[in-house]
Amino acid sequence: MTPSITKNALAALEITGLRKTYKNGRTALQGIDLSVLPGEFFALLGPNGAGKTTTIGILTSLVNRTAGSIRIFGIDHEKKTADARALMGVVPQEINFNLFEKVEDIILNQAGYYGISRTEAQPRCQMLLESLDLVPYQNQMARILSGGFKRRLMIARALIHNPRLLILDEPTAGVDVEMRHETWQFLRELNASGTTIILTTHYLEEAELLCNRLAIIHHGEIVAQGSKKSLLEMMTHQTYLLDLAAPLATLPDLGLPRVRLIDPEQLEVAIAQNEDLNLIFRVLERHGIRVQSLRNKSNRLEELFLHLTGRTP
Amino acid sequence: MNRIRRNWIGLATLVNKEVVRIFRIWSQTLVPPAITMSLYFVIFGNVIGSRVGKMSGFSYMAYIAPGLIMMSIIQNSYSNVVSSFFGAKFARHVEEILVSPLPLSLLLLGYMAGGMVRGLLTGALVTLVALFFTHLEPAEPLVIVSVAILTSAIFSLAGFTNAIFAKKFDDISIVPTFVLTPLTYLSGVFYPIALLPPFWRDLSQIDPIVYMVSAFRTGILGIRTMPLMTAYGFMIIFLLFLFGMNWWLLKRGIGIRN
Repeated sequence: MTPSITKNALAALEITGLRKTYKNGRTALQGIDLSVLPGEFFALLGPNGAGKTTTIGILTSLVNRTAGSIRIFGIDHEKKTADARALMGVVPQEINFNLFEKVEDIILNQAGYYGISRTEAQPRCQMLLESLDLVPYQNQMARILSGGFKRRLMIARALIHNPRLLILDEPTAGVDVEMRHETWQFLRELNASGTTIILTTHYLEEAELLCNRLAIIHHGEIVAQGSKKSLLEMMTHQTYLLDLAAPLATLPDLGLPRVRLIDPEQLEVAIAQNEDLNLIFRVLERHGIRVQSLRNKSNRLEELFLHLTGRTP
Repeated sequence: MNRIRRNWIGLATLVNKEVVRIFRIWSQTLVPPAITMSLYFVIFGNVIGSRVGKMSGFSYMAYIAPGLIMMSIIQNSYSNVVSSFFGAKFARHVEEILVSPLPLSLLLLGYMAGGMVRGLLTGALVTLVALFFTHLEPAEPLVIVSVAILTSAIFSLAGFTNAIFAKKFDDISIVPTFVLTPLTYLSGVFYPIALLPPFWRDLSQIDPIVYMVSAFRTGILGIRTMPLMTAYGFMIIFLLFLFGMNWWLLKRGIGIRN
């Protein structure tokens, strides 16, 4: 057995040379390679139009690929499509269930398409309805659900056949803070129970909080891929905002690069990887400038994302 | 999991969902054809028919009954699939099936079965309506059943083709209005093809509905205007062609994938 086959057999998802060119000539994916190991909570990040949804679309058979191969737990996605699909659950970005069907029927019908009879699926359906607080709505038409509960229904539907790989495309878009936190907790527990999860999201704090590995896609290419820690180490600078104890009309010459006064009460300081904040505080103290509090200017992942996609302000 | 069992449950789920849909919106799926056909019987059969006299040895009402039953089967099989599958595409819940292991051939079969159920149900309803207006004594019951099943299958598949190519709601009404209705009216529902002028009679030979109406009339009234084997031959060719074409379109992802 060759090493590459061994690697494929181990990975929950192995994408090699995936390309997509649409009929209008637009190339959405330029030959991406991606590997997700079993049990990982993996984030696929990128700006709008980077190729995230196209990648998910190809994985879920909703978009035809131009070239490349995909293996799901070692199964060839093209040659053994049905077997590969049986291992995946999908939560798409857009609401895509029949609004005129009952909540329970939507989940049980999905079980049926995966070869699980209604009787067999009923206990797991009930468990999912309970876990996602959908029990009060189980006999209601799906159209009456709020946006957050519609997203939960899509999660329940995607999990009814107990997939080994769950693909989540913006699962908390438009969901209120409380429900988002509950969904995160649910997903954490699901991942801890052994389900491999791939997440795309615009909320970078969501990715930072949940995922242990990630890839950043830009212009149809993977520009970075690795553990969260190793990627964050790629950042050359971190930017902090310092709230001043007393307003400052102008910033005296501190002799420090990358320090600027944003407004009379706030300083922005960029620190290189090999620098520390103590130096900054000593210099500020010498000039009689007192700092009341400090925070990251933006989420660390967001800074990395902006840096790698060339969008650093 | 055993693949045959998985596929069987998947197909049964889809068929069940389609049948539930037919009954959930019964006021749109079952009632209108019964009312429309009652009007046909009253106007064409009763009012006009009494002035037409006998046709091929039967009262005009009895003569048009098989054609009207067939018309309701054709229209309802077609419209069930075109609206259901296009609706699923439009609201994107067809993706529930496309991401699942259910083979595309069974997706096609499931929608076809849904169309057949509605076509045959409305056919049965219209038959009941017809019995209020005229006496019908089945001449060849096997022919009646087989032709009804084949016709509903053919037009379910035709509706599926329409739904694959439809991009907006207008597109699902164009074919029924401009193709299906004229073909039905020219197929001998209301008159024997032999009464048409030569040009129109020759043109009718390429109308597939002619063969279905003729065979169905043979089954109900026993009137033979063409060999039954010719009608069956055409219907089986249409069925296989439409199934194969739809399967190929789905396989290529036309109308369902980017």
